[in-house]
Amino acid sequence: MQLTVLLFASYAEALGTARLELTVPERTVVGELVERLRAVAGAGRLPPRPLVAVNRRYAAYDHPLTASDEVAVIPPVAGG
Amino acid sequence: MTRAAITADPIDAAGVMARVASDSHGATVLFVGTVRDHNGGQGVSGLDYTAYEAMALDELDRILAEAQDRFAGTAVAAVHRVGTLAPGEISIAVAASHAHRASAFDAARYVIEEVKRRLPVWKREHYLDGTREWVAPGIGAADDDLVPR
Repeated sequence: MQLTVLLFASYAEALGTARLELTVPERTVVGELVERLRAVAGAGRLPPRPLVAVNRRYAAYDHPLTASDEVAVIPPVAGG
Repeated sequence: MTRAAITADPIDAAGVMARVASDSHGATVLFVGTVRDHNGGQGVSGLDYTAYEAMALDELDRILAEAQDRFAGTAVAAVHRVGTLAPGEISIAVAASHAHRASAFDAARYVIEEVKRRLPVWKREHYLDGTREWVAPGIGAADDDLVPR
């Protein structure tokens, strides 16, 4: 299946884009998507376990994904 | 009335406070965060705030709902700014009101601390020497406490 992954701030700069289209097997979980992401140029600058949000909520690494999910990799936050 | 907002416009702190006004509430706490002109010994001339806006709005809504659950009888509101800000400009305003002051203080404190911990917002500082860098306070931390179990 095809997944859209949103990137922000320092992670978007590291990978050179704010939006990636990745092809992954059906029933991929968040942790597997992160491993798939590591094959993308620039991903070496991501930390070992970056935060991931699915459908606008923080998600655990065993959370299963479907093609309609909105997936985002979240850099350390600095709001306030 | 919308009590959470992410905005590119300057924040009117009194307007945020007005969102929690109630004749039955005798205490209102207003927290205002502003851009500091220095960080870690370096002069800062400005900041870019960027957000995952859709999630930031949802998360801010969730934080406000949690504050109202934890501190029964409080009304809370918060607005976070995005875009380029100069020192002294307001980056966030949080207002909390309650019949009595203790819960108003507690609720306002809860909201700003959870915003700092969870809201998907990032800032890039502009230094006086012309360089710019993303601020990553928690970098290296696993952030696993944000992930549901």
